[in-house]
Amino acid sequence: MKTAVLVFPGSNCDHDCYHAVRHVLGREAKFVWHQETSLDGFDLVIVPGGFSYGDYLRPGAIAKFSPVMGALAKFTAKGGLALGICNGFQILTEAGLLPGALMLNSGMKFICKDTYLRVETSDSFVTGRMEKGKVISVPIAHMEGCYIADDDTLKRLEDDDRILLRYCGPDGQTGDESNPNGSYGSIAGVLSEKRNVAGMMPHPERVVEASLGGVDGLLVFESILNSLSAA
Amino acid sequence: MFDAHQIILHGLTYDEFDLALEIIGRQPNMVELGIFSVMWSEHCSYKSSRTHLKNFPTTGPQVIHGPGENAGVVDIGDGLAVVFKMESHNHPSYIEPYQGAATGVGGILRDVFTMGARPYALLDSLRFGDPSHPKTKYLLDGVVAGIAGYGNCMGVPTIGGELSFHPSYNGNCLVNAFNLGIVNKDRIFLGTASGVGNPVMYVGSKTGRDGIHGATMASAEFGDGGEERRPTVQVGDPFTEKQLLEALLELFKTDYVVGIQDMGAAGLTSSSFEMAGRAGTGVELDIEKVPRREEGMNPYEVMLSESQERMLLVCHKGVEDKIKAIFEKWGLSAEVVGRVTGDGMVRIMEKGQMAAELPAAPLSQKAPMYSRPASPPDDLAVRHKLDHDSLPQPKDYTETLSRLLASPNLCSREWVYNQYDHMVRTNTIEKPGSDAAVIRVKGTSKAVAMSLDCNSRYCYLDPYMGGAQAVAEATRNVACSGAKPLAITDCLNFGSPEKPEVMWQFIQAIKGMSDACIALGTPVVSGNVSFYNQTGETAINPTPSIGAMGLLEDHEKLVSQYFSEEGDVIIVLGETFAEIGGSEYLSVIHGQERGAPPKVDLTKEAALQKTLVELADKRLVKSMHDVSDGGLGVALMECCFKPGTSAPLGFEVSLATKLRPDIFFFSESQSRAVISCNPAKAKDILALAKKNGVPALNAGKTSSGDVEIMVGGRVLVKTSSATLKKAWSEALPKMMNS
Repeated sequence: MKTAVLVFPGSNCDHDCYHAVRHVLGREAKFVWHQETSLDGFDLVIVPGGFSYGDYLRPGAIAKFSPVMGALAKFTAKGGLALGICNGFQILTEAGLLPGALMLNSGMKFICKDTYLRVETSDSFVTGRMEKGKVISVPIAHMEGCYIADDDTLKRLEDDDRILLRYCGPDGQTGDESNPNGSYGSIAGVLSEKRNVAGMMPHPERVVEASLGGVDGLLVFESILNSLSAA
Repeated sequence: MFDAHQIILHGLTYDEFDLALEIIGRQPNMVELGIFSVMWSEHCSYKSSRTHLKNFPTTGPQVIHGPGENAGVVDIGDGLAVVFKMESHNHPSYIEPYQGAATGVGGILRDVFTMGARPYALLDSLRFGDPSHPKTKYLLDGVVAGIAGYGNCMGVPTIGGELSFHPSYNGNCLVNAFNLGIVNKDRIFLGTASGVGNPVMYVGSKTGRDGIHGATMASAEFGDGGEERRPTVQVGDPFTEKQLLEALLELFKTDYVVGIQDMGAAGLTSSSFEMAGRAGTGVELDIEKVPRREEGMNPYEVMLSESQERMLLVCHKGVEDKIKAIFEKWGLSAEVVGRVTGDGMVRIMEKGQMAAELPAAPLSQKAPMYSRPASPPDDLAVRHKLDHDSLPQPKDYTETLSRLLASPNLCSREWVYNQYDHMVRTNTIEKPGSDAAVIRVKGTSKAVAMSLDCNSRYCYLDPYMGGAQAVAEATRNVACSGAKPLAITDCLNFGSPEKPEVMWQFIQAIKGMSDACIALGTPVVSGNVSFYNQTGETAINPTPSIGAMGLLEDHEKLVSQYFSEEGDVIIVLGETFAEIGGSEYLSVIHGQERGAPPKVDLTKEAALQKTLVELADKRLVKSMHDVSDGGLGVALMECCFKPGTSAPLGFEVSLATKLRPDIFFFSESQSRAVISCNPAKAKDILALAKKNGVPALNAGKTSSGDVEIMVGGRVLVKTSSATLKKAWSEALPKMMNS
């Protein structure tokens, strides 16, 4: 598996994603500067978190014009796998590679804390190793993580089984109490129509070693490895 | 010729103006007067404090660079060093809390990365007025948002700090930002302008009119209309700083750079004068070439602007274009604005005309130095008077303990740190809330622990003891994680040095700190003084905030403050005396702030810290927590409140004492800790403590959730851990939402 970790001006979870893939999983990874125009030769592209272009204007709104995004569109059109995490998710929605949008948290403040997530589908390259209904603990760290979409889009996401993860309580129950940012339907992550582009606000790369307080993020990376080796 | 009004407007005294005349042998022009004004401001020159600061212990085998550089540097082995410092941004934060705090974070980050280190951890020491004061919530909300806004965007985790409230901060909040970075020992960069003929380059953001005379503003007390100084507060742009950080780290891999310094307070002026001053050289600047974001700025404005995210560097000849290319990649300006000269003068040229010509070293190193009069407050004896018999004993200890846990100074800080990204860079192995925040050092087995502490009520009652206590507590917190304390930085926040009482507090606190630093083996490697935290006649409580750092050789030996399992043995280390002077109990429950603060016995403290580090190293303990504000009862409960657990553990303990139960229970005696262990390890722990001369008592065991505390054979507290946790967790959000 050869992973590209995109680097935009203001990316700051790029090192963490690189560390997870390269040092924890022991797989090949490379930083790809946003001015690059090709993603040929990679099996997976991670669009990492951070504050690309300072989140000025709107998170992801400027990054989507970077040259590498044209390459990413081509890469995913050919079925390449791409995962956007946090700001990466925001960039992918801005670029139209994923449906919906991420708005200011309902509490109007930045939130960094552990959240419980319920796996909504096993039919994806990021959750393939997890059973539907499984509850995992992965932290969030964002100001604009409130997922919204119009009713038709939400219905299509439900009908196509393209909702990846929902925020929930430790017992798997969803509701206002366990919804940290006001996301519609407590949605924490979604899939593209062709199921090869995924976006999630929580940070799996932050829980890949016991010393960091959890290893549930490994399930995400192992799912990706698994689906690549199966392909 | 300047009239008296202009001299005073520039914050200079007549004597200082006369000294300026003597140094240059003529009348200064307006630009030069402005330069004297900022260079000799209290903020930049430390003119009231230098004579006392030199008493700090600043050396040790672990110290690579002590005070005098942009930040302190301490050796952590394996060819690595930590670079750290703490700095105040009090005045701007009171005037404009979001930007004031944000640029405080930006400044301390630059101090660290200008030395070549990547910043890895931010902490903040925050102090606000009475929670019921109309400005408190507004300031706290803005300051926390500002720290979050800057630190989060930079991708540097904010992993700890402290927050407290006291009416003495009603008119002057304190915002002290701490940053620690890691660097290869052989790649440390210093702020010197050496090599005559070398180019001087300006890199980073463009210069605007913001923050002109910020340093002068921070060197005066607030009178009426302090808020009208809003234009002197700078505006932060963390995105640009993130670019500057990455560009510099790329540049530092090359051998292009001779010296570099942040343009912080007093901007281009302080960086050029200090760099030349340190190297014994001069600098000639052609300020037309300074990149600007506003039209029509005159030399006075360019030299005194405190626009953020800028640096001045000296490089070798011939690499200018290579440097420009790196900055261009990151979308930043880099311009050659001058050259190093050999005659010790700083010359500011504009359109071929001399706009200013002043000697570098006298301005940066020979600023006036004052030994200001100092005398203890008249009512010191009254402050120390405390009659225990006049204090009614609590009728219901459970209720009293609950009230303390929900009080503003002791309740959960989750509301604050959940707004900070405390995990980015995936090194945080002890998250905010525990005694010390701890980051691992990737690529090694090591970890670095940090803690910020000060009890300003103790300092008000006895600044010597308060200064010593702050060092003892900060280093003890570091030791509680298992790390060996190595060094400290400080932020000395005081009122007006022109008041003898304040000066006395300052001198006493430095003495107390110095004695503690010597006894505990932790020299002062960097720091900052913030005077004039004073509104009219009201000065803040003296607040020497301490930032301690320590090293854990094996990060797998990290110990946290939380009980981890039912049935573990609880051991109390240290001795409890009748010390409730200046305590939270006395303040919250009895509404009094008096008495002598707890005595710090530095021999006992050193023995305790040595024991804590040994216990962790031998893997004998499962948790260690220092006993401080609120006393033993509060400390025991804090061991139960592990973040993220919905059903907290409890405990049963029985403690013998001859003291009055409330005085024993809420005493804030120093050099104590609560630890937990596997029952099979208790014997070894007691033996180790005995060997080190630390009193140790097997006090009880952890439970699944019930809390029962017996003191002197009487059950004082009987409740559930969950009930108390609720009171503790909900207090701050309730206060902020009310």
